Amino acid sequence: MAIDIKMPALSPTMEEGTLAKWLVKEGDTVKSGDIMAEIETDKATMEFEAVDEGTVGKILVAEGTDNVKVGTVIMQLQGEGEEAGSADKAPAETKDDTPEPKAKADAKKDDGVEDSAHPAQEKVETGARQMFEAAKHDAQVADPAIPEGTEMVKTTVREALRDAMAEEMRADERVFVMGEEVAQYQGAYKVTQGLLDEFGDKRVIDTPITEYGFAGVGTGAAMGGLRPIVEFMTFNFAMQAIDHIVNSAAKTNYMSGGQMRCPIVFRGPNGAASRVGAQHSQNYGPWYASVPGLIVIAPYDAADAKGLLKAAIRSTDPVVFLENELLYGRSFDVPKLDDWVLPIGKARIMREGKDVTIVSYSIGVGLALEAADKLAEEGIDAEVIDLRTLRPLDKDTVLKSLAKTNRVVVAEEGWPTCSIASEIVSTCMEEGFDDLDAPVIRVCNEDVPLPYAANLEKLALISSDKIVAGVKKVVYKK
Amino acid sequence: MARNARAKSAEPPVPNRERPGEPQPYQASRDELLQFYKDMLLIRRFEEKAGQLYGLGLIGGFCHLYIGQEAVAVGLQSALTEKDSVITGYRDHGHMLLCRIPPKDVMAELTGRQAGISKGKGGSMHMFSVEHKFYGGHGIVGAQVSLGAGLGFSHKYNNDGGVCLAYFGDGAANQGQVYEAFNMAELWKLPIIFVIENNQYAMGTSVNRASSEDQLYRRGESFRIPGIQVDGMDVLAARGAAEEALAWVRAGKGPVILEMKTYRYRGHSMSDPAKYRSREEVQAVRDKSDPIEHVKKLLDAKGVKEDELKAIEAEIRKVVNESADFAESTPEPDPKELYTDVLVEKY
Repeated sequence: MAIDIKMPALSPTMEEGTLAKWLVKEGDTVKSGDIMAEIETDKATMEFEAVDEGTVGKILVAEGTDNVKVGTVIMQLQGEGEEAGSADKAPAETKDDTPEPKAKADAKKDDGVEDSAHPAQEKVETGARQMFEAAKHDAQVADPAIPEGTEMVKTTVREALRDAMAEEMRADERVFVMGEEVAQYQGAYKVTQGLLDEFGDKRVIDTPITEYGFAGVGTGAAMGGLRPIVEFMTFNFAMQAIDHIVNSAAKTNYMSGGQMRCPIVFRGPNGAASRVGAQHSQNYGPWYASVPGLIVIAPYDAADAKGLLKAAIRSTDPVVFLENELLYGRSFDVPKLDDWVLPIGKARIMREGKDVTIVSYSIGVGLALEAADKLAEEGIDAEVIDLRTLRPLDKDTVLKSLAKTNRVVVAEEGWPTCSIASEIVSTCMEEGFDDLDAPVIRVCNEDVPLPYAANLEKLALISSDKIVAGVKKVVYKK
Repeated sequence: MARNARAKSAEPPVPNRERPGEPQPYQASRDELLQFYKDMLLIRRFEEKAGQLYGLGLIGGFCHLYIGQEAVAVGLQSALTEKDSVITGYRDHGHMLLCRIPPKDVMAELTGRQAGISKGKGGSMHMFSVEHKFYGGHGIVGAQVSLGAGLGFSHKYNNDGGVCLAYFGDGAANQGQVYEAFNMAELWKLPIIFVIENNQYAMGTSVNRASSEDQLYRRGESFRIPGIQVDGMDVLAARGAAEEALAWVRAGKGPVILEMKTYRYRGHSMSDPAKYRSREEVQAVRDKSDPIEHVKKLLDAKGVKEDELKAIEAEIRKVVNESADFAESTPEPDPKELYTDVLVEKY
């Protein structure tokens, strides 16, 4: 009875990888727990364990093969009484419900805390995957901040964030990074990769798992004149620390009559990742954006991630910098400039259009751009705005676009109630009422804790189809 | 004798790690003792005046007085140098005066005036002076402990030789973040002295009703932070403890916990009816252990005459009255101040 052994996924968003090495050869007997192969992606190396006993039959993918799709059969394992290499003779006996081999990540794995042991699986069409797929859309309008003729370099969001930190650390001795696994582990999501090597353990500091405490230590260090970057492994864990972000960091300058500064950056992934369930999938943008005294930034592409993180580190004000795990591995053009810094508080037009304005930020921008493409096929010309900064909000850019298109849809990966979308709706009502030809519509996640089941997750999360449906409502088209 | 032996056996076993030396009462000169007296009296008269102004409606909101606890801050802060920083919770007026922040700046903040140290936007619980290395003045119980660890972190990062003195109460000692800060402070050998001002009551809850380990100086044991219990009603004991603690911390050996056993005469805040303890209890402490009366006796023994003390008293009353007059008469913040200082930069 042959068992198909398939290319495993290291993470829910992994699509392909390199079959780096076979540690078994045809005819070897293996038992559960034996390491059969090493799989690599750009981010991690993983040992691939056998789950079943048997003899290695045919090896179908040679070692050193790149771009092996997840789910590809890479080897066949023979049960008792079968000969090595004979699997192709008995395809009918292949089990339908093949037990999946267990994938065990080694210490170098990096694709997230909860991603470490995903069984190899067929590509599941999840809500998160839809967002991930949509996040390949680039801006269709050049950023006016980039000088003409500037060379552009494809960079992942992950690298862009790291480059921003490294550049600012080179420029200013007071800047340091602290957080869980930021140093020796090179970052739970590899965002701080290489920083320990360059800057040493005085400036790249592993903390215990103690969010409230280290957020307070970082905030106190900022009060003492340093420029901390505090990484939260995810912003879900920052809820334990929100007291220091809001009560200690945000209010100090005001309460001290402007004499005590708190120049700190709290950063980390925010929003829904893939299938991580309710406690690990939440957008804190609206929470922090409601607090006077904070700057809140949520970039979409790599150029913004770099330019805005540099600006955040330089700011004298406390900044909450909301990244997105699903975007980390996405590549976008980043201008090759010595010092690429973007202004805080300025939205960006990502696509020009005349019929309707779709306002979004972070991962929602990819979906909005995808929706705009779909709408274009139906003759609806959508403008897409990336807010980039959630506080202070660039109302002018939104209102100008509203004056042009007379219709607004807000697309937000987060709950609808008391959201950034709600805030945009209020702004349009209060300051753009005369320009409105239709009610402003919120297209958000469903108003429920994010479920785990793939189908429910997909139903709960925002999608480009939902944005398309929202736009059709405001342009009165079916 | 037998009682002594039993008490001894209840002590934790002799530690196998190095500990700071056993603090000795500070040998103060006549002038030093006079300065302690002046500082304690300034705090007491200042706080009494603040209580009065509160009663007149000139001070609003929460107002926590330091009366009874003066020896703690005076003894400890007298040992600090200009490199060192101080942070505390909301019972902060006394600590600020000892950081040499002008009394009228503090009083004007209490009355919510433009001339207050925070332009009237902070109030009693939220006052800061970076210039005087006083970092608040924090209204959330326990927050100052991890913030203080951050100040200690910055001293170490900048290698400036400074130590952070982080005060908190017996109530705050039960907050979770205190132990997160303890852990990191010892792990990273941060230059910080954790001062637990144990005034016996967290609002209305006595220490032994709230703390499974009521010997608070032991609270650092599981983090390997040495703790010392100190008579916080005795300014010389407080100063002596500060000397040992500073020597330990400045030698790079990490943090120390000082549990200062003290007592507040007034309610938790001005709005505290104080039903949780008897008037007799408070009076007994005042009669037997008052820190200012204690120093008066020491001064008498050193031959300081009553006249000299009266002159000091008169001078302090003058300073306090002037600060109160100023705080009453100086204008409220300009309405425009409502929108200033929210952010430092323009975006």
